[in-house]
Amino acid sequence: MAKKKPAKTAKTAPVQKSAPKASVKTAPRVMKEEQSSNLYEGMIPLARLKDKDTYRHVVSLLVDNEAGVLARVIGMIAGRGYNIESLTVAEVDRERQLSRINIATSGTHQTIEQVKAQLGRLVPVHVVRDLTDDGPSVARELALVKVAGVGDKRVEALRIGDIFRANVVDSSTQSFVFEVVGNTDKVDAFIELMKPLGLVEVSRTGVAAIARGAAGIEKK
Amino acid sequence: MAERAMTLDTTDTDSEQLYVGARLVLKALEEQGVEVVFGYPGGAVLPIYDELFKQNKIRHVLVRHEQGAVHAAEGYARSTGKVGCVLVTSGPGATNAVTGLTDALMDSIPIVCLTGQVPTHLIGNDAFQEADTVGITRPCTKHNYLVKDVNQLAQVVHEAFYVARSGRPGPVVVDLPKDVAMAMGRYVTAPRRAQHKTYNPRTKPDPQAVAAAVKLMASAKRPVFYTGGGIINSGPRASALLRELVNVTGFPITSTLMGLGAFPAADEKWLGMLGMHGTYEANLAMHGCDVMINIGARFDDRITGNLKFFAPESKKIHVDIDASSINKNVIVDIPVIGDCALVLEEMIAVWKKQRYQADQKALKTWWRQIEEWRGRDCLHYEQQGKIIKPQYAIQRLYELTKKRETYITTEVGQHQMWAAQFYRFEQPNHWLTSGGLGTMGYGLPAAVGVQMAYPDALVVDIAGEASIMMNIQELSTAVQYRLPVKVFIINNKYMGMVRQWQELLHGGRYSESYSETLPDFVKLAEAFGCVGMRCDDAAKMDDTIKEMISIKRPVIVDVVVDQKENCFPMIPSGKAHNEMILGAQEKAEKAITGEGLALV
Repeated sequence: MAKKKPAKTAKTAPVQKSAPKASVKTAPRVMKEEQSSNLYEGMIPLARLKDKDTYRHVVSLLVDNEAGVLARVIGMIAGRGYNIESLTVAEVDRERQLSRINIATSGTHQTIEQVKAQLGRLVPVHVVRDLTDDGPSVARELALVKVAGVGDKRVEALRIGDIFRANVVDSSTQSFVFEVVGNTDKVDAFIELMKPLGLVEVSRTGVAAIARGAAGIEKK
Repeated sequence: MAERAMTLDTTDTDSEQLYVGARLVLKALEEQGVEVVFGYPGGAVLPIYDELFKQNKIRHVLVRHEQGAVHAAEGYARSTGKVGCVLVTSGPGATNAVTGLTDALMDSIPIVCLTGQVPTHLIGNDAFQEADTVGITRPCTKHNYLVKDVNQLAQVVHEAFYVARSGRPGPVVVDLPKDVAMAMGRYVTAPRRAQHKTYNPRTKPDPQAVAAAVKLMASAKRPVFYTGGGIINSGPRASALLRELVNVTGFPITSTLMGLGAFPAADEKWLGMLGMHGTYEANLAMHGCDVMINIGARFDDRITGNLKFFAPESKKIHVDIDASSINKNVIVDIPVIGDCALVLEEMIAVWKKQRYQADQKALKTWWRQIEEWRGRDCLHYEQQGKIIKPQYAIQRLYELTKKRETYITTEVGQHQMWAAQFYRFEQPNHWLTSGGLGTMGYGLPAAVGVQMAYPDALVVDIAGEASIMMNIQELSTAVQYRLPVKVFIINNKYMGMVRQWQELLHGGRYSESYSETLPDFVKLAEAFGCVGMRCDDAAKMDDTIKEMISIKRPVIVDVVVDQKENCFPMIPSGKAHNEMILGAQEKAEKAITGEGLALV
């Protein structure tokens, strides 16, 4: 698979200007010399397979939007004991009845390859793409963060919200609900800062991710 | 179910003619070439049974338990290479089928199982005999469908057959609500071109992968072929090509339990089965090889033993149609994704085209080593006196049936391993056993399925007295359809493999593994309308077997064998190939300890 160059226009959300650039703990990409031995389908360099470190990956699937498809995907992952950090699903093409599922998972390269192969053989799955391995990608999630407090804490929460370019989407005299968008690290960092300032609860969407560049998920 | 009609590249519809849903199902089955359906009726499938009654193209075999229906269909499928077909009712009908479906999934057997369902408007209401069949069977099928629109019914059935037989075969469930089976709808013919919008598994290998694999093979000094059920699933041509490849290379070959018969046991390059109860020579060849060529096997834990010490000095080639089998348990050097027959064909072509020659000098040394291992005669046993050794019973059965067209099925346990060791298969599709799931009760219904496909063949279920009780009711099916299956019970009054493990691992505390109250199998056979025989004298073994063969009716032979015999060789759980126990005298020295105890 050819690596895609990052598109210049990739800065989609203005909030990202100040945000840290890397969206996930990216696994080391396949090196050039490794790629040269990557001669044929299914061939994965041994050094990668034998690497016992775990990495976080975001895997995107295009699936038929039919009854039970999500259960099929989740059931396979749970049944085989793989780890899901987050999972998002929504219809993305109404005419063709396609949904996109983004799975954030972590594991060794061997495990991740297994996850992808197991997903790939599910009948309603059109495409499986490893957005971490297959070139640069952007990943975002949205969180609604409720913070309650008065006085200095309230002011401080609002100030930090500003720094993170979070929108206030609900307010009472005692509380705010912030809407913060960004990669997982940024959202985590924001929530962490809110803890001493009266964090009440959080609702997160999980990761939505897409490859950079002109090519779509269905084009290799 | 949304817009499924476009899923397959369907050609044309059968004009504007409307049919009742149940009729549509049968039309689709007919078009898919189904000749036999194994099933059991019930409220939710009555419309389909009514249509079955009105036709005579498809035969229905009434089993006595739905698990038996699936195993029978498995037996039919594995012996013929066709897709097996099952029809059961909703609720308990479907849940009873689950063990069979899981068995078929583990052993990659193509099955289409039609399950009745309560009418669509009652789904989710806890209706009588309602179960969430698609939910329950999702993890134990390759794929499943709930049909909610009668106009998609024929289409879904065609797709189910396509999915069941394509790629790595497996079971597919089609759940049919009763109202859909009774509604009027249009028929859609099967697509002429098998092209699915999402599921198109790769069958033709990447030529570069094959080239790399063959090059590695040619450089081997201590090669071994390790083949599996994938060769059988690929069809008889794969077996023929395997024989050719083994001949042109001159490499030794071993096989998993599921792959027996793909390569003739009479050939001198055959090392016997490998794995936990495999032969000494096969396991040591695996342990000592420098190039392992896995064709259609999946590095199952029964095969590999302790992964840390599995073939430590080898480079591994893995040919599999299922990409998810590759690098799952064992990391391999050269993966080849494709159908075994197509890969083997390409391998032979490349070997010949490149004029590759095996390193004859190294190969000769390797074979000398293997002959030395063979010289241990690891399957040796002593048959002395009147008490029948189980190995002797099976060996005599083999000798007296080998010249006939004989199909062997088994249950699960010691008898199964002895059958694998002592019955020697020359052809594929003649050996049917539950490998992956290890389902006791598989053998008798599977034999029913085989005998339906080959009415004139000799079909023998080598059974244990405990296993046979799990689906004994299928004797009634055999009698009803005049299927002369032979049940050859190796009766040691113990769940033998459980007893063996208790002896080796649990200090001889035989907890619940002794069968206190076994039936009189002779009378039992007679009660079912079969012929019952008993043999407890080694001198009478041959006569008993000959008589069994001569009877053209279902027969139970109760072979009373030595209760203490254990199945050796054995790689204790958690141990490596080169740590196998060869016989009783060795077992004390190589006691299973530590983490091996926790393994199954």
